[in-house]
Amino acid sequence: MSLAAPTGGAAVVGFVRALRAEGMEVSADSTVLFARALAAVGVARRADLYWAGRATLVHRPEDVAIFERVFEACFDGGARAVPVPAVTPEGTLGLDLPGGDDASGELEALPVVQVRYSRAEVLRARDFATYSAAEHAEARRLMADVRLAGALRRSRRTRASRGHRGRPDLRAIVRRSLRAGGEPVRRSFRRPATTPRRVVLLCDVSGSMEVYARALVRFLHVAVVARGRVEAFALGTRLTRITRELSSRDPDVAVAAAARRVVDWSGGTRLGDALRAFNDEWGVRGMARGAVVVVVSDGWDRGDPELLAAQMARLARVAHRVVWVNPLKASEGYEPLAAGMAAALPYVDEFVEGHSLASLEVLAEVVAR
Amino acid sequence: MDRAADRLTVAAVRAALAEHGYLADEGLTTAIFLAIELARPLLLEGEAGVGKTEVAKVLARWTGGELVRLQCYEGIDASQAVYEWDYSRQLLHLRAVEAAHAEVVEDELYSERFLVRRPLLRAIDHHDPVAPVLLVDEVDRADDEFEAFLLEILSDYTVTIPELGRFEAMVPPFVVLTSNRTRDVHDALKRRCLYHWIDHPDFERELAILRLKAPEAGETLTREVATAAEVMRGLELYKPPGVAETIDWANALTRLGSDHLDAATVLATLGSVLKYREDVERVYAHGVESLVAGR
Repeated sequence: MSLAAPTGGAAVVGFVRALRAEGMEVSADSTVLFARALAAVGVARRADLYWAGRATLVHRPEDVAIFERVFEACFDGGARAVPVPAVTPEGTLGLDLPGGDDASGELEALPVVQVRYSRAEVLRARDFATYSAAEHAEARRLMADVRLAGALRRSRRTRASRGHRGRPDLRAIVRRSLRAGGEPVRRSFRRPATTPRRVVLLCDVSGSMEVYARALVRFLHVAVVARGRVEAFALGTRLTRITRELSSRDPDVAVAAAARRVVDWSGGTRLGDALRAFNDEWGVRGMARGAVVVVVSDGWDRGDPELLAAQMARLARVAHRVVWVNPLKASEGYEPLAAGMAAALPYVDEFVEGHSLASLEVLAEVVAR
Repeated sequence: MDRAADRLTVAAVRAALAEHGYLADEGLTTAIFLAIELARPLLLEGEAGVGKTEVAKVLARWTGGELVRLQCYEGIDASQAVYEWDYSRQLLHLRAVEAAHAEVVEDELYSERFLVRRPLLRAIDHHDPVAPVLLVDEVDRADDEFEAFLLEILSDYTVTIPELGRFEAMVPPFVVLTSNRTRDVHDALKRRCLYHWIDHPDFERELAILRLKAPEAGETLTREVATAAEVMRGLELYKPPGVAETIDWANALTRLGSDHLDAATVLATLGSVLKYREDVERVYAHGVESLVAGR
């Protein structure tokens, strides 16, 4: 049976294009499958059309809402406008250095000795908050060298062992026996291999973190692209998973995609709620189990500190280690007085800075420990 | 399934599932129907206890095909999923041949006699006229490498063993994959599959499921349990009760001889529905009476 209406094929393609325009990934494979599914269920009933689309085009629950919206727009009377969420594509740098001709006191902070060091050396120790746009670009290059890989743990897989340790490798013994005329002269052994733990990055993207978030999102991107079992989430007034958006090779494309996905960029923070969402939907279910969880936040929280403490406790119970990165920690005389920070601290295994490239290198070491 | 006789319809699938003890909603029914019609694997995701694994079981009951289950775990590889040689027997055989002063022939060792068939091979190399139902459970627990490997097998339903040659399914198995979303299943695998997210059932469906699965519970108790479950799902618990838990609960209450919910029976049996101390506390804080009374 082919599609009922002669325009069926065009309708399918139009619908799929509308889905793509709304940010859903739909492959050509799935489109063909959708057309075949329609041929199988028919297009007489709305429900059949709807569920055939759901089964073939939607591959994750996050896309259900998009699908519903576009479906209504395309098939239920058409002209209804598809609302597009407001987008702040890129955080702007709030604390740029004043212009070079401005002879304010801050200029002293740019020492003449700079020429003696490589630019990279100076950048490494500088606070992200004082970066110029050009320096951000430079830092991005340097970040590519920071490898973020979780601490090693024993895997269920085994590898050949050199000595006589581990369990006998019967497969290899049989093979070798054949060579020796059936006599297992040489024995082989296998022992457990090691594998890096998953690293989960939860990055606060609220207004108070804005100056750092810009640099740190690049850092997340580098980590995700390096492919070492890394997951990335943005924490704001709600939780947004940005692993997929950040997995694009091109850093600008990736960060722009992540910014589009995060609708509460530079908004407020409700760390407790966002962490709860993470625990409920991802973390406790398995993603954080045995993983190294890195929370990047200054701890300024408009939510309930008690909720935050309870959620941190839940997280700490399943995670291998919880690392809290606070860019403010580097400032002189810093005390974790922010209510959120104070509430979270008892459940944190490592509390580190995260204001500069050098401190991110330290972070990479802590995570691998 | 009598597909040949007259064309299978979505309604027929729903009726058959119900007859074999599974009450599916429209979305799931359509997804199953399409998986049969288009001969594609079906990937099911959803909260724990909504009945993902049960789908494979009911399909096996319905079609009469063998249920072959592959439970995934971290580090699973081909030797646990597809085939393995029985090394101990091979070694014994080697010794026996040697004792008889005969020549060891390699082909002898790598013959079907020493082949250990694991679930994927069993599902493909079957000799039933009815296709088996292959359940790949919790595929998200396996790693990327295994997924790539699974994709290969699910694309053409063949397995090649170097020493023995190619095994091809006469009738491809009906494949159900489940995932708890601890990580994203690879896109390539998802594209190969039809996808359905199983939600908690609505009140009426849950009622119907309870009547079917906990038939000894009276009508009053059944209604009260379904109502209480719905209230609990609205309480933002860490682990809201799934259908599996409500069925357990109804059965537990029946076993205790209750024919309706009251504060005392709820307190005594809450452990069969809620599995976190914090959740139990939250329900207490909300008031056990409100569960009993409904919304």
